[in-house]
Order: sequence, then structure tokens, then C-alpha cells
Amino acid sequence: MILEVREIDVFYGSIQALHQVSFEVAEREIVTLIGPNGAGKSTTLRALSGLVRPRSGRIIYQGRELSRVPAHEIVRRGLSQCPEGRRVFVNLTVLENLEMGAYTRSDRAEIAASLERVFRHFPRLKERVRQAAGTLSGGEQQMLAMGRALMSRPRLLLLDEPSMGLSPLLVEEVFAIIQDINRAGTTVLLVEQNAAMALAIANRAYVLGAGRVVLAGAVADIRDDPRVQAAYLGDVILDAPGCGPAAGTDAAASRSREETRA
Amino acid sequence: MAGVLEQILNGLQLGFVYALIALGYTMVYGIIRLINFAHGDIFMVGAFVGVLGYTVWGLPFPVAVGVAMLVCAVLGVIIERLAYRPLRYAPRIAALISAIGVSLFLEYFCSLNFVFGPNYRVVPRPFEVTSFSVAGVTASNIMVVVTVVVIALLGALQYLLFRTRTGKAMRAVSQDHDAARLMGINVDSVISTTFAVGSALAAAGGVLYAVAYRQIWPFLGIMPGLKAFTAAVLGGIGIVPGAVLGALIMGQVDVLSAAYVSSQFRDAIGFSILILVLLVRPTGLLGSRQPEKV
Ligand SMILES: Nc1ncnc2c1ncn2[C@@H]1O[C@H](COP(=O)(O)OP(=O)(O)OP(=O)(O)O)[C@@H](O)[C@H]1O
Ligand SMILES: [Mg+2]
Repeated sequence: MILEVREIDVFYGSIQALHQVSFEVAEREIVTLIGPNGAGKSTTLRALSGLVRPRSGRIIYQGRELSRVPAHEIVRRGLSQCPEGRRVFVNLTVLENLEMGAYTRSDRAEIAASLERVFRHFPRLKERVRQAAGTLSGGEQQMLAMGRALMSRPRLLLLDEPSMGLSPLLVEEVFAIIQDINRAGTTVLLVEQNAAMALAIANRAYVLGAGRVVLAGAVADIRDDPRVQAAYLGDVILDAPGCGPAAGTDAAASRSREETRA
Repeated sequence: MAGVLEQILNGLQLGFVYALIALGYTMVYGIIRLINFAHGDIFMVGAFVGVLGYTVWGLPFPVAVGVAMLVCAVLGVIIERLAYRPLRYAPRIAALISAIGVSLFLEYFCSLNFVFGPNYRVVPRPFEVTSFSVAGVTASNIMVVVTVVVIALLGALQYLLFRTRTGKAMRAVSQDHDAARLMGINVDSVISTTFAVGSALAAAGGVLYAVAYRQIWPFLGIMPGLKAFTAAVLGGIGIVPGAVLGALIMGQVDVLSAAYVSSQFRDAIGFSILILVLLVRPTGLLGSRQPEKV
């Protein structure tokens, strides 16, 4: 396992955003984390990157505990995140944004190679290297954010809703690129609202609801689960209220059910 | 006519000094959204250290300036560390009050007899002052030194911010702390660097001010500090070129209103500008009209 998350609790002030969340990601997998708005998906990724600290529980990355490591060190260890809402540096140029992505690295030749790799994935960025990132279109900013996250040459890439605000055509393109990145050896943990697309490219999935893991399994099983069908894969993607566990699912789900009762 | 031009040159000299102070205000505001009210006092410490450097300690003038910049860089880092960092996630007013506390501390600590003492001191010139005139306009070599030093420092700052990894990280942090953390940038150390750079610039301004206006005392920093703060707001706080622009305007306002209105009204006119800007265009001359983003 490249990543093991064990029963983390995360709080914002007195509000508990994550309850005993556990999951794992194996080397070279694509694992997706889906769930309604406010389920705690972004919080989970923020905890992995060290932007919020779990009050309890463990995050083990490549066999080492992460939950006390400063955020900037975590990137050095090969875990990089493309955050929700892109968060590009709007006043920096495209090239400067990509340079910031490589902030932890010092080998110029290798950085240049990574830059070429990013431009191969996103040729549109290459035409705009001198442009301020704030002047890019939303789709281009998404590409920049992903390219920037790749510039640290991560082993584990965390993507938070990369399809948000993109046209259907661009969504297809972005998902194809995620698969390319994965085939080239990078493990991917993908948070998505677009559950159908995420389930189409992932190996395994976890469904979060109200800060708990409510379902986990291979994508085929998740896809066939009637409640996931109803909530995410119909015509409308609902903000499923009280997304409780379905009957007869795996251990994570039943554990979370017990907690709900407790 | 020559008289007006001479006044404008005087205003330029004062504006250059204000620029060195205003940059620190604007950079610190840009990176942690704090008005560092102790900044004018760092300017004062810089003036004292520089003057002591080339008088009492017998250092060559450029070395004395360098020492003042270094001492103030360290001082700025320590102040951030002790007085602002613990309040980073507290309500903003807490850090602001802490800044006022640091300011008063520096003023009264430096007034102690075993530090700089409470009295005015006349500053000896570090070099012979010579005047020369070009086309009937008289200027001094002090003016030339101020101009050369300030332009060199502005060039160095521009290079730092746009050509170096550290400078780009400073710009990235001032836009989005968390996104910068996700790049592997150590935000705390970038903030320290920003305080160091801003304080060093203020120190250089302090030494130049002392040399040009020949009087120092522990409360020296208050008025230039407020003028430079006004300049930073006028240009658009958080915007580096805005600080320079605002400072050049404030320098002219100061000198011209003293020369042609009344020196008693000088400060009143300067601060009326602050009020006017806040009312009419709170984001400053170079600021965007949009409300401030994260
Ligand atoms: N900074 C914060 N302060 C307080 N509460 C927060 C904060 N950030 C998130 N929360 C709360 O934590 C819960 C989980 O939020 P999170 O952003 O992780 O959800 P999400 O699953 O990513 O949702 P979405 O799909 O809308 O992005 C929500 O109830 C949210 O209101
Ligand atoms: Mg989210």
C-alpha cells in the first residue's frame, strides 16, 4: 500500500468534518472518492496534504506516518495535490506557476523534462507560457493546476474535482490525461462529483457521506449498488441527504453503520 | 521657475525615502494582510545603526548602510516571529494591536539612556556635501546618492521578485497560502524573508533620511512611517509598484505644500490625501476595483 488512512477524525473548530475515515490506496491504482457536497472529500485530501490535521487516527504514506509532517515536506515525499477550484497563482505567469510546482526540485535538466511532459499532456499551456494565469479560461486554468501538481513528479497525485466547470468534451480529455498519467506510473486518488466518469476510470471507489465512509469496493460493485445508482448515476446528481450504508456491503460500511447507531 | 524645479527635486528625494519605507508596508500587507505599525520604528533603528556605523564605529558609509540593513532584517524577522506569528490565525485586530505594541516598545526602548537616549542628535555628514547647478537648477550630491541607492535597491527588489525562486515564492504566498503549501513552499520561512527584505529596505531609507535631514531621535519613524503608509494605501496596498508611485506623489505633496502653502499645513494636506483615497478609491491608484481576493 502506498497510502493507508486509519480512522481519522478531522475537526474545523468544534464541527467534526470526518468521522473515523479509513481507506487505502495501492501502488499504481486509481482510487476514487465520491459523495455528495459537504461529505468531506476535500477535507480528506486536505488532511493528506497536511493542510488540516486529524485530531486522531493515522495517515501512513509509504510506510511512514504523515500526520505530523509539515505540508511543505509532504510534497517533497512525492505526494502532490491539485486542489478544488484550481487555486492557480493568478498574478504569476503560466510558466511561473509551473515553476512553483517544481519548487521542491533543483535539478534543472529534470525540471525541463517534466515541463516538456506537462506540455505534451496540455499543449495549450505551451502557447501561453508568458500569460498571467488569471487571464486563462477556466478549462485552461484546470489544466494548469494539474500540470503544476505534476511538476513535483509525484508518486501519489491527489485530484480534487478536476472536471468541475469543464465542458463535456474537456472532461473527456481531462479523464484521458488522468489515465495517461496513471499508466506512466503515478498513483491517483481522485475526488469527483462526476461519479460516472470517475467510476469508469478507477480501480476502486469509496463513497463518503456526512464525513463517513459509507461504501467501499471495486468500481463494478459500487456502480451496481442501487443507492449509488439512484444518487449519482441517474439523470441528476443529487446531494443525497443522510447517505447511509446500503445493506450487505463491506466492512467499512458496516463499521460506519455501527458508529451511526452508537 | 528654477525654484519650482528645485522643490520638485527635493520632493523626489523625500519620495524616494518614502518609497523604501512604503515597500515594506505593502509587502508585509501583501503576504499576511497586516499593517505593520512597527515598520516606521524599524526605519528609525536603521537610521541610528547606520549613523552609529559611520560615526562611532568608524565604518565606511556603504558598509554602515549594509550593517543597518542587516540589523533591521534580523529585527524584522524577530518581531514577526514573536509578535505576529503566534497571532496568525487570531482575529486580525489582535495582530494589529500587537503591532502597535511593538511600535511603542521600540520607541521607548530606544529612548532609554543605555540604548540611543531620548534626545535629538545632529547627524554628521558621511561625506563632503557639494552642490552643483545644471541649467540654473541647484542640486546636491546627497540627492545623487539618495537617487542612486534607491534605484539600485528597487532594481534589486525587482530582480528578487521576478527572477529568483524565493521571490516567485513570495509572490505565490501573497496570493494563496494554502496553494503555496501544496507546492512545497515553506510559508513561514517565506513570510520571514518578506519581513527581512522589507525591514532592510526601511533601514536603508532610515540612513538616507538621517544623512539628508540631519536629525535623529527615537520617535523619528512616526511621521515618515505614517507618510509612507499613506503612500502605500494611495498606490494600492499590497501592490509593489503602487508603493513607489504613491511614495513619489507623497514626497511632492510634502515638499510643495510646505513651500507654497505653509509648512504647518504640510502634514494635514498629506493625511487628507489618505482620507480622500480611502473614501474615493479605497483600492488605491493601481488597485483593481474588485474587492480583495483571498
Ligand atoms: N474551513 C472550514 N471551516 C468550517 N467548516 C468547514 C471548512 N471547510 C469545510 N467545512 C465543512 O466540512 C464539511 C466537509 O467539507 P468538504 O469541503 O470536505 O466537503 P466536500 O465533500 O469536498 O464537498 P464538495 O463536493 O461540495 O466539494 C462540510 O460540512 C463543510 O461545511
Ligand atoms: Mg470538495
